[in-house]
Amino acid sequence: MGKTVLLIEDEPNIIEAIRFILLRDGWTVQTHSDGETAYDAVRDTMPDVVILDVMLPGRSGFDILREIRTTDTTAHLPVLMLTAKGQVRDRELAEQIGVNRFMTKPFSNTDVLASVRELTGG
Amino acid sequence: MPRNTLTGTRIRERRLVLGLRQSDVARGVGISPSYLNLIEHNRRRIGGKLLLDLARRLSVEPSALTEGAEAAQLEALREAAVAHNGAKEEMTRIEEFVGRFPGWAALLSDQSRRIADLERTVELLTDRMAHDPHLAASLHEVLSTVTAIRSTAAILADTDDIDPEWQERFHRNIFDESQRLAHGAQALVNYLDETTGDAEMISSPQEEVEAFLRKTGHHVAPLERARAPRVQQLVKDATELTSVPARELARSYLKRYRQDALRMPAAEFLDAAARCGWNPAVLAAEFDAELAAVFRRLATLPKEDVGFSIGLVVCDGSGTLTFRKPVEGFSLPRFGAACPLWPLYQALSRPSVPIRSVVETAGRTPHRFLTYAICQPLPQSDFTRPPVLEASMMILADPGLSLREQAMPVGTSCRICPLGDCIARREPSILSDGF
Repeated sequence: MGKTVLLIEDEPNIIEAIRFILLRDGWTVQTHSDGETAYDAVRDTMPDVVILDVMLPGRSGFDILREIRTTDTTAHLPVLMLTAKGQVRDRELAEQIGVNRFMTKPFSNTDVLASVRELTGG
Repeated sequence: MPRNTLTGTRIRERRLVLGLRQSDVARGVGISPSYLNLIEHNRRRIGGKLLLDLARRLSVEPSALTEGAEAAQLEALREAAVAHNGAKEEMTRIEEFVGRFPGWAALLSDQSRRIADLERTVELLTDRMAHDPHLAASLHEVLSTVTAIRSTAAILADTDDIDPEWQERFHRNIFDESQRLAHGAQALVNYLDETTGDAEMISSPQEEVEAFLRKTGHHVAPLERARAPRVQQLVKDATELTSVPARELARSYLKRYRQDALRMPAAEFLDAAARCGWNPAVLAAEFDAELAAVFRRLATLPKEDVGFSIGLVVCDGSGTLTFRKPVEGFSLPRFGAACPLWPLYQALSRPSVPIRSVVETAGRTPHRFLTYAICQPLPQSDFTRPPVLEASMMILADPGLSLREQAMPVGTSCRICPLGDCIARREPSILSDGF
């Protein structure tokens, strides 16, 4: 069984596409679409990488990232953030909270895959 | 929906070489002239029997009409491959791909063009995004859709051994997202350009007057009476007219309204109009009135009495719209200049020549309208000054009046007009390749 990616995203067709490219690359992919319970999913799954959308129903990706970073058991997890909000201030905010990689939509599949591999030292 | 980009242009070129009229060719193959017009402007797909019939009517081999479309598609796919690093190693197999899967190749090139168009749109709107929460949410929706299309299309392009079940699912996803993209983008454009009627959105004296008239249904009942109240009082009582310039504009409009009502009393005029089939020339002669006054008067008749909507636009000599009474399906620009193809502007260039024309609006759902236009000098008492012109165009929404005539395609304003190959275009549309 390969390493695990937890994909937190609420767009079904984006989930489908990312899931497909990661599965073909040998990853185990778990998905979650609700912002409010997203941190619970991170804690329960303890994936090798988290892919986290910024605008989620129920709770912002920034808040979820903050909880990941301020909780001892999850603070070390690599997080790749995906967002349609490409403004400098959003990127800066994500970096301040402790994101490992920040990508703006529309992104390329190749870049997503390369980032996930890099974040796990692959 | 994928389509051959050049076939329509080739049909048009061939028809013109033969000197044939669009309506004659259309009749010969059993379609309407407006549909042929859409085909010729590459706005409708063509193939199968209709292509064969048209080729026969135009005395050419069907391949002569479709050759070149494939070349355009190959070029579009090459551009997509260059933009998408992952496909570079397969550049040499593009022709094989198009040959084996022409439908999917067309879909991919179409999606690639659409993404490029949307990225341009996003670039244009980035500045506003930071300041407008509604716009930011709308753009987020568009970007998410573009992301899904781009990722899914890339998978289809890059994966040779994709499982048929996944392939089917991704094709369906692309189709669903394309639909969503179309709606999202259209909603975005509507948000940016539509007159909302919301008082907070009113930004000019002209819009204050329009809000006042909208409230009356453009039929100012008190001015229809034999003993009408003073215009001054009507203006004073109108809560929509808050600025001094707006009240001045309203006074001027209502005085002219009263003069028109006296010359063409409502009941008598309505009866005559219905009798002559809403023909303004007949009404002008019967009531000894100018054509522009007849247009104005027809546009003030209650819709429930007429049975359909009558719109009106008026412009001054510079082409600036000074009056707008909209009709559903015929969008009027809120800001900036209108479509130069409107018969209104043809009238402006030919003062005193009445123009009757059937037009079809561009967009996802084209609508047909019968229009009458005239340009007349405004009355003035000074021979030393140049004449001041005013053009008016009446827009009739009853399809029965114009259904069988050839229609001229028109837009709203260039920025949001999807018409391709338009000689009157002032600036590129943000709707390139049609949402």
